[in-house]
Amino acid sequence: MTEPVHLRDSTAESLLRELAPQVLGAITRRFRDFASAEDATQEALLAAFRQWPREGVPENPRGWLIQVASRRMADMARSEIARRERETAVAGDEEPAVGPPELEAEMDPEDTLILLFMCCHPALSASSAIALTLRAVGGLTTAEIANAFLVPEATMAQRISRAKQSIRASGEPFRAPAPQERRERLPAVLRVLYLIFNEGYASSIGAELQRLDLAREAIRLARSAWALLPEDGEVAGLLALMLLTDARRAARTGESGELIPLDQQDRGLWDKAEIAEGTQLLTFALSRGAVGLYALQAAIAAVHDEAARAEETDWPQILALYELLRTLAPSPMVTLNHAIAVAMVHGPAEGLARLAALDNDERLTGHYRLAAVRAHLLEKLGECEKAVALYRTAAAGTTSVPERNYLIAHASQLEEKRCKGGPAADALTR
Amino acid sequence: MKYILMMNTMRAGAGVPSWPKADLQAHIAFMLNLNRSLQEAGELVSAEGLSFPAQARQVRAGKDGVPVTDGVFPESKEFLAGFWIVDVDSAERAYAIAARISAAPGPGGAPLDMPIEVRPVMSAPPPEMI
Repeated sequence: MTEPVHLRDSTAESLLRELAPQVLGAITRRFRDFASAEDATQEALLAAFRQWPREGVPENPRGWLIQVASRRMADMARSEIARRERETAVAGDEEPAVGPPELEAEMDPEDTLILLFMCCHPALSASSAIALTLRAVGGLTTAEIANAFLVPEATMAQRISRAKQSIRASGEPFRAPAPQERRERLPAVLRVLYLIFNEGYASSIGAELQRLDLAREAIRLARSAWALLPEDGEVAGLLALMLLTDARRAARTGESGELIPLDQQDRGLWDKAEIAEGTQLLTFALSRGAVGLYALQAAIAAVHDEAARAEETDWPQILALYELLRTLAPSPMVTLNHAIAVAMVHGPAEGLARLAALDNDERLTGHYRLAAVRAHLLEKLGECEKAVALYRTAAAGTTSVPERNYLIAHASQLEEKRCKGGPAADALTR
Repeated sequence: MKYILMMNTMRAGAGVPSWPKADLQAHIAFMLNLNRSLQEAGELVSAEGLSFPAQARQVRAGKDGVPVTDGVFPESKEFLAGFWIVDVDSAERAYAIAARISAAPGPGGAPLDMPIEVRPVMSAPPPEMI
């Protein structure tokens, strides 16, 4: 069942990914069994991946997939019957009675939305919801998802299978959530898409080009979510945040995969089209009244993105946005970022004073990021030795190789220059 | 998040080969069962057992990069007997698996209480968290 990840026709591939949730929706509604329908759809996709590049895309690709998937459903039902009646009956091999035309008529544009809510079910852990969303809604194969997360395919298959068991156990019907339920559960859906994006964006560093681009997949999924919920400001805000962050991707790492902090990036490498689209979406999101978490973060990203040079960054504006974020979603990480903004507006001493409040916060005890931010502000104050020591503390605490390399190199550089050098590097707001 | 769970065994004392057959079988069954359950949970990345220290060689690059091996392994109190790499949702889950490994049955079926070292596997930089 292992499918080569790279030898694919990209047109057929994107068509298949787009059709995947439509086919799954039709099969699920017809057979009323999401878990099996999802397996059958996956097998139809794999069959198409094998056949289409060789034989060409069929005239009615969706109908083709639905037919293959429903045949597979019938096979599964037959083998289930055969299993039960092994002693008395022999399974026949007649074609399934279910024809594709009636299924075609059952197409519902809401299917993708229903599937998104289903895959991001509250009963699932984040990692399960992510895997299932990528397969059922994203149309990715298990092999591709396993590859993206660097785990064995069998393990990923189990994760997906268990996720479906949990959904089955929850008794969730396959239907569009009522408005009230939709409001309640949309944050969970957006969070899964946000996590997929972050996973992709974080791992798009260094020489891991063979891995599937999860950031692009997340943007694609967020786009389809927005197409289905065009009036929702937070969906628009999330898509804006993804685009405004992804726009800096090319500038974020150097030739050997080293991290380049925001204030030292070559802004000419930023993707202007993504910034323009993200800004437009943000404007829309902000016009929708109550501003959400993602729209606020997108607004902060937009302020960075619109500065032609790091020195032109509108820090008072960023500070004001962090004030809002602190009210809306207080967390130690927000306080940390807020302290950086305070330091940029009112000076490093003021920023350091804000950090003192975090020393007794259990959620941040021993967290390398607190040490890194404090080191950064001490460096700005010219407290060289303290800053070097804290950068090294932070380096020992991070679980990211590029970040550790950055912190170690930065500490050594600072030590060599004995704090007599140029402006401090900003490692923390990239 | 991925974690490595390193199973350290005391060099002196309970060597597996001297166990009664039934105890050894119980221990092996425990490990197979553990690996199966981690796989079924969608958490297992890899699991390997390592040879006894008698098979260990220390290698350094000699002149012209030619490997120089030293058969005598320096004395240490413990040695690495095997490891697991798991992909789990939290550190607590990794600790729970480690505790399960630690209590693997030894002679007479008593828990071995092995020290299991748990460390995060390095990854990409974390997302900008809010």
